[in-house]
Amino acid sequence: MPEWPFRLEKRPAPSRAMRAGAPLIAAGAMLITGSIVFAALGQSPLGALYLFFVEPIASVYGSGELLLKATPLMLCALGLALGFRSNVWNIGAEGQLTMGAIVGGGVALFWAESLGMWVLPGALLAGVLGGMAWAAIPAFLRTRFHTSEILVSLMLVYIAQLWLAYLLHGSWRDPEGFNFPQSKAFEDAAMLMPLGEGVRVTSAFIMALVLAALSWIFASKTFAGYRMLVAGLAPAAAAYAGFSEKKNIWLALLIGGGAAGLAGVCEVVGPIGRLQQGISPGYGFAAIIVAFVGRLHPLGIVLASLLMSLLYLGGESVQLSLQLPSAVTGLFQGALLFYLLAADLFVTYRIRTARREPARRAAEPEAVPPPA
Amino acid sequence: MSATSASVPRLTMRGIVKRYPTTVANDGVDLTVRVGEIHALIGENGAGKSTLMKIAYGVTRPDEGTITWEGREVSIASPAEARRLGIGMVFQHFALFETLTVAENIALALDEKVAPAALADRIREVSARYGLPVDPHRLTHSMSVGERQRVEIVRCLLQSPRLLIMDEPTSVLTPQAVLRLFETLRRLAGEGVSILYISHKLEEIRSLCHTATILRGGKVAGTADPTRQSSADLARLMVGAEIAECRPAPREPGPVRLALRGFTKQSWDPFGTTLREVDLQVRSGEIVGIAGVSGNGQKELLASISGETPGCDGGSIEICDTPAEKLLPAERRALGLAFVPEERLGRGAVPALSLAHNALLTGARAGMVRSGFVRAEAAGEFARETIAAFKVKCGDETSPAESLSGGNLQKFIVGRETRLDPKVMVVAQPTWGVDVGAAQLIHQALVDLRNRGVAVLVVSEELEELFTLCDRIAVIAQGRLSVLQPTETLSVEQVGVLMGGATSDAGSVPAGVAAHA
Repeated sequence: MPEWPFRLEKRPAPSRAMRAGAPLIAAGAMLITGSIVFAALGQSPLGALYLFFVEPIASVYGSGELLLKATPLMLCALGLALGFRSNVWNIGAEGQLTMGAIVGGGVALFWAESLGMWVLPGALLAGVLGGMAWAAIPAFLRTRFHTSEILVSLMLVYIAQLWLAYLLHGSWRDPEGFNFPQSKAFEDAAMLMPLGEGVRVTSAFIMALVLAALSWIFASKTFAGYRMLVAGLAPAAAAYAGFSEKKNIWLALLIGGGAAGLAGVCEVVGPIGRLQQGISPGYGFAAIIVAFVGRLHPLGIVLASLLMSLLYLGGESVQLSLQLPSAVTGLFQGALLFYLLAADLFVTYRIRTARREPARRAAEPEAVPPPA
Repeated sequence: MSATSASVPRLTMRGIVKRYPTTVANDGVDLTVRVGEIHALIGENGAGKSTLMKIAYGVTRPDEGTITWEGREVSIASPAEARRLGIGMVFQHFALFETLTVAENIALALDEKVAPAALADRIREVSARYGLPVDPHRLTHSMSVGERQRVEIVRCLLQSPRLLIMDEPTSVLTPQAVLRLFETLRRLAGEGVSILYISHKLEEIRSLCHTATILRGGKVAGTADPTRQSSADLARLMVGAEIAECRPAPREPGPVRLALRGFTKQSWDPFGTTLREVDLQVRSGEIVGIAGVSGNGQKELLASISGETPGCDGGSIEICDTPAEKLLPAERRALGLAFVPEERLGRGAVPALSLAHNALLTGARAGMVRSGFVRAEAAGEFARETIAAFKVKCGDETSPAESLSGGNLQKFIVGRETRLDPKVMVVAQPTWGVDVGAAQLIHQALVDLRNRGVAVLVVSEELEELFTLCDRIAVIAQGRLSVLQPTETLSVEQVGVLMGGATSDAGSVPAGVAAHA
């Protein structure tokens, strides 16, 4: 039987270079896959890639869109990454985002007059609390009944979206909105204003960057961040040291939910301007990919959210100019995660060719003298 | 390594080399096992014993070297091939399915397909012939560790091996069970079966083995006739240096620091052991030892004392006169408790984190955290001092815990807990899998703590260790603790009888069943 000439060998220590390089390798492999798909669809791969990755951000407006779409991705991913690092698998950021939009949007809709100039801070705070409250459900169920936060947080996504639909078809519907399932437009006082002329990106992007810096400080400098890290790396060591597992779960889910809620409310009081269906094209789910592509590190997440945002824009661009289906965006996202997970294997393993392993038969002359 | 005249050696390994990315596990090892010989393979942890055995059993392949089996050069590609040649191996950790019967477990492990029912008679026959009583229809989860080992041995013997490899077989047995195992092994050797016996218990090797090959750092350090060498001589060959044993001088103990009174607690683990009315007092300035075969309630007792499983179903725990049975681990640490768990990687230390970050694991109160922020330089300094004081071999305080050898990591953990200035120190298996040099240093650290007035509790399966170290010893069996007695009034035989308890190897009441009665 001919032997496979390659074998995997565990590295003596995980490779730092590979850990940083894996996202780049994954991005490269994603581009190659994309070219093949474009070629198979009868398009010139280079032209299509240009339309996908360069054309969308060639203008000031386009660059603004890049930051605009990166904002909710970054916010959700920062919160999720803290949880993922500590072994809490909140995959329901999309639901927490929706609930943040509902609660924050509700404040903007109904309390605009009574709150006066405080309506915008009130709406943002309400959005954070709404996301937290939605994330508190899996936290309570996990700590009290040992349910899986993965399943609970995922199922709550659909419940949150149905709540939004219920409100928009019912009592929150704009009476002058020709029966469209959407609310009245928010007052200007309740809105986040664009950062400049000709762009739609708002100060939410600045908030996201500040949160990235805070989350870096929390994760690397505080004892609470250290406890969460230990809980993720070695749960038995956390129990041994007396770090409370319940506190960790609550903290991870509340932070993740709060960040996703903020992302949701910033969308509705920002570019959207009202409550409507389809406030997010799956930002909460894409943020899971962003968190991992960004190596669960705040700086990495900032960069990864820009990449993911570009994938959204590129998908729209090729949809418009090449009449390709919108599934192209999902394909690129999926390919990126898939290649990242594959590339991650080489952080702890390396490939050796069989030639380097001397044969069992020591009688044969050695081609390569063994190192002393 | 003298060649016997009459017969061809059963197994000869020549110039075996096995390289791993970071170490050379075997570096030109020669080994000859004759027919009917009980051959000891001894050496410290990391000396290369396990690698050599894995090569002989076809689990791993050597990078260089030849293996000759009964005069014929062979290449052993897999354990199945090893078994076809007539090599059997009894592993240190038994891979038995708890919910299956003995016969079903054995049927699964055999290379030929045999119905468990047809197997029962053969199992009875083999077990009767070699004095290894095993009931083929018994469920495995109800068996003691000694009985499980017997199942493993019977499984090997069913294939009529001509070479039996045993990896630290006595580490889980009571002294009485060890004697019975030796009877069996001698009988097998008398029938011409060769036995390769891996151990670090020198006394056992002296009473059982005909020849000993000593490995040190992946090389053969010598061969010896263990019946004619003293344990000290063998130890010297193993370590390459003189070993000084520390035996604490008598000392008047102080007030009680750790007290369990009538402590009763159901295990969280369905196959675990319920603790029943455990009474235990550890006084300032004494070392108390708890002996016992593993799985008799040690892990439940330790988790109850550390606070990892707080609460109880009766009785009390007091740490420094404060009721503590309901307190969480951090609160118990605040009372002055320090704890070295049995599992070093993953419980006592976080594998992927640096030693400095591992100092922070339990050292937060020692000035490494200020108003919620980690003081990295304080943690680093604590780690550096621990590394220096306990002679931990590692890169520096930024090395990840997983890069240390077991013995060095244990030194670091014992050092960390010691330097947190505890009033009560609880240590589980302090020197399990630790080389002789590190073991001596750890023992000395525990004796120093005792002499400083700390109450020290040691839970260990190594009787030799407990008898050298402890002022008083109790035995845990089936979740019950015997009365503490001064070490000098006890003999190894007495402790052995207590260790057997009602779970004696005649196999009357298994621990698991008793727990659920």
